[in-house]
Amino acid sequence: MTRQDTIYDLLIIGGGPAGLAAAVYASRSMMSVLVIESMLSGGQIATTENLDNYPGFPEGIGGMEFGQQLEAQARKFGTEMALATVTGVSLQGEIKTVETTEGTFRGRTVLLATGTRSRPLGAPGEEELKGKGVSYCATCDGFFYTDRVVAVVGGGDSALEEGMYLTKFAKKVYIIHRRNQLRAISLLQEKAKDNPKIEFLLDTVIEKINGRDHVESVTLLNKGENKTWDLPVDGVFMYVGLMPNTEFLGDSVALDESGYILANENMETSVPGVYAAGDVRQKLLRQVVTAVADGAIAAVMAGRYLDEKK
Amino acid sequence: MSGNVLEISEATFADEVLKADTPVVVDFWATWCGPCRMMAPVFEELAKEYAGQVKFVKIDVDKNRKTAENYKVMSIPTLLFFKDGQPVDTQVGFLAKEPLKQKVNTAFGL
Repeated sequence: MTRQDTIYDLLIIGGGPAGLAAAVYASRSMMSVLVIESMLSGGQIATTENLDNYPGFPEGIGGMEFGQQLEAQARKFGTEMALATVTGVSLQGEIKTVETTEGTFRGRTVLLATGTRSRPLGAPGEEELKGKGVSYCATCDGFFYTDRVVAVVGGGDSALEEGMYLTKFAKKVYIIHRRNQLRAISLLQEKAKDNPKIEFLLDTVIEKINGRDHVESVTLLNKGENKTWDLPVDGVFMYVGLMPNTEFLGDSVALDESGYILANENMETSVPGVYAAGDVRQKLLRQVVTAVADGAIAAVMAGRYLDEKK
Repeated sequence: MSGNVLEISEATFADEVLKADTPVVVDFWATWCGPCRMMAPVFEELAKEYAGQVKFVKIDVDKNRKTAENYKVMSIPTLLFFKDGQPVDTQVGFLAKEPLKQKVNTAFGL
């Protein structure tokens, strides 16, 4: 029987920590599970150099390695993996279908664990210069900025962590934040402020990104002083926030006004047999540790739902 | 596994890419790049399917920084599509098999 002929107990869309943790729990309790991932096991965490705050790893663990270990653990219990991009879903009814670039898959329950992606800043020049100096992933692209000057946009944990990571390569890293105060936790702020390669430009916004076939400078506006100037940089890394990967859902489940999936503490969405877990869910704290917890709960609830149907 | 994708370098770039008889897709990659690792099996399958028609080669940016700089590669994986020694199209970032096939067909008019 091919995968397309199989009706899985649980179809999981997204192979990040939430989806793979659910896969571990579900397949370990003898449910048949297919995880559909469009790129790389681990999801966003795979692009994090080191996971510092996951309980039980005092030295931290590499993000990519963490993703691979999660996948190995899920596979060990029988989880199947499909490398495909989801194009549409049909979630009503007993048998739910998920259309992908590799064909249509069917399941009795579905877990939506598609996570988030970096939000674009929306500055003129950003789209045109993407991959030509505008980047959303320091661990992917930092290498190309050896001995160069880069700007990091944002004031949260990611902006500071990735800014510090970039100092391994770049000779100078400007961290540009639109507010007077950084949002990152104080430990990170102190570390970043101690780093001689980092310079903060606060209360400052990027008006536009300039360059012909690669980034040459950014036009900045300091709001307090109402001063505009061009800062020569070779690259701009965006860490201005996240947006949920829920476009493919249309109106098939209830979303909040920002597009995050509404689910209760049992991870149940507005559709019976359909669950949401991890960053894609409307919630307060988006961390690996909360994502895997969501995944475990969703798997158990999906199992109960199937038991009741028997 | 990796029988169909030739590993090239700065030294062999001109011969293998610019002077090739067939169109060439060059994969700029590195060992530390996660999406590149995902790209590799897809690239391998395409190399097999397009054997004789389109050539698929890869170049490690760690060891061949100059070539990456020449072609303004600033993010990986980047795929460059060459026809008659000229780059005709670019793909930045991972692409699944089917969309990549479409891109190859469009770029080379197949």
